[in-house]
Amino acid sequence: MEPLSNKRKVVENKPLNFLERAYLPAILQGLAITMKHFFRKPVTISYPEEKREFSENFRGMHSLKRDENGKERCTACGLCALSCPAEAITMTAAERQPGEENLYREEKYAAVYEINMLRCIFCGLCEEACPKEAIYLDGDIVPSDYLRKDFIYGKDKLVEAPLNQ
Amino acid sequence: MKVTIDGISVEVPDGTSILNAARIIGGDIVPPAMCYYSKLAGSGGKCRTCLVKVSKGSEKDPRPMPKLVASCRTNVMDGMEVQNITSPEVIEARKGIVEMLLINHPLDCPVCDQAGECHLQDLAFEHGVAKTRYEFDRRTFNRIDIGDKIQLHMTRCILCYRCVYVADQITDHRIHGILNRGDLSEISTYIQAAVDNDFSGNVIDVCPVGALTDRTFRFKNRVWFTKPVEAHRDCDHEKCNGKVTLWYKGDDVLRVTARKDVYGEVEEFICNTCRFEKKRTADWIIEGPRKVSHHSVISSNHYDFTPLPVVKTNPMLQEANKEQFERETRL
Repeated sequence: MEPLSNKRKVVENKPLNFLERAYLPAILQGLAITMKHFFRKPVTISYPEEKREFSENFRGMHSLKRDENGKERCTACGLCALSCPAEAITMTAAERQPGEENLYREEKYAAVYEINMLRCIFCGLCEEACPKEAIYLDGDIVPSDYLRKDFIYGKDKLVEAPLNQ
Repeated sequence: MKVTIDGISVEVPDGTSILNAARIIGGDIVPPAMCYYSKLAGSGGKCRTCLVKVSKGSEKDPRPMPKLVASCRTNVMDGMEVQNITSPEVIEARKGIVEMLLINHPLDCPVCDQAGECHLQDLAFEHGVAKTRYEFDRRTFNRIDIGDKIQLHMTRCILCYRCVYVADQITDHRIHGILNRGDLSEISTYIQAAVDNDFSGNVIDVCPVGALTDRTFRFKNRVWFTKPVEAHRDCDHEKCNGKVTLWYKGDDVLRVTARKDVYGEVEEFICNTCRFEKKRTADWIIEGPRKVSHHSVISSNHYDFTPLPVVKTNPMLQEANKEQFERETRL
């Protein structure tokens, strides 16, 4: 058949010369390339012991904030759950009792606050909806786990540590 | 009588107020009302949110009225021409009224149980400005429990007098009213006497803000997470016909209210037994889900179709799904 272009090359199967047939030089050349990489700066990091710096607007795990006196800011208004497109947030409100003024900022607080991290799409709408500046997605990447139920994060994992600790 | 509101003419009987004539037309031209309540005689004229401009007094006397008038208290004349949303003067005045209503109103909507069905919230959202110019302390009061079912949060009150008219006209004797005058005025009972009457719970429904709230619903849930369902029961009280709206969360009835029309006014007042005592589904005959306007936050995240099941019809898959669910909940 006539070729369509004249770029066709004929494969030449020339016999190898002595150095090529000796096998060792080619192996040594390959090993040298490997050895050279031992002394180069590695391109990977050993996560999770080492972590790369996140960008300013990275959205990771949620945290429920406290105010300057260490009181919980969240007042269980439900706007985060309302704005959540994945319906990942649920909460139960409770009334603050006398004597708990140092724990909660408003007369209502979230007794239960749960985020299903498998549902969450980290869009940040809850952060935007919050009128009390209580929730921020400023945490890490959510760690992996084995069971679905362990991905439902309650207040024990979400609320910031108290000030005096 | 022929009256023209924002260019739309309507024939109304003699003695109709401008507001009611506008309600006959319906739509966007209806002035908002915080204090007027069509079921309560004598209500209206307090809040001034329903101000309209009368650009032509009547056929006989075509001069315009010198000032904006409260449409709930002004009756129509033959050939009257009224401007509501077409007049920039009215829009500006309404903005000022909302700002004044919000002078003493606390910004505690995240805590307030009325949020989501609050008329002041809607009004402020529509007409108000984002920032207050008021620099002084807002007046504050302590919360008062009027009886074990109703809570009075005087800080939120806008003094619309609706609850006073309810107590006056619906219940048999009035034991609460407004004390003091001007800036100091407050709703109060006689030395915190419990409001104890078969129809006293209706003050919760008529309150346009969160000043009078249901103690049995306090902080139970947000309005927009509950599901309104129309229901009725055979009430033995002679004045109550037991037609209500049940607010469900899951299988629980969180609260019972009277049915409200498009203007947020109750259709029929209900007795306290229906409102506070009957909170089981078995007490009621369910009529069906309540239609909620899609503009309302209450309708958000509520689907009027049943979502498709994840595992459809294959019995083997259903069995395996159930097993997996049991295993996971056990772990």
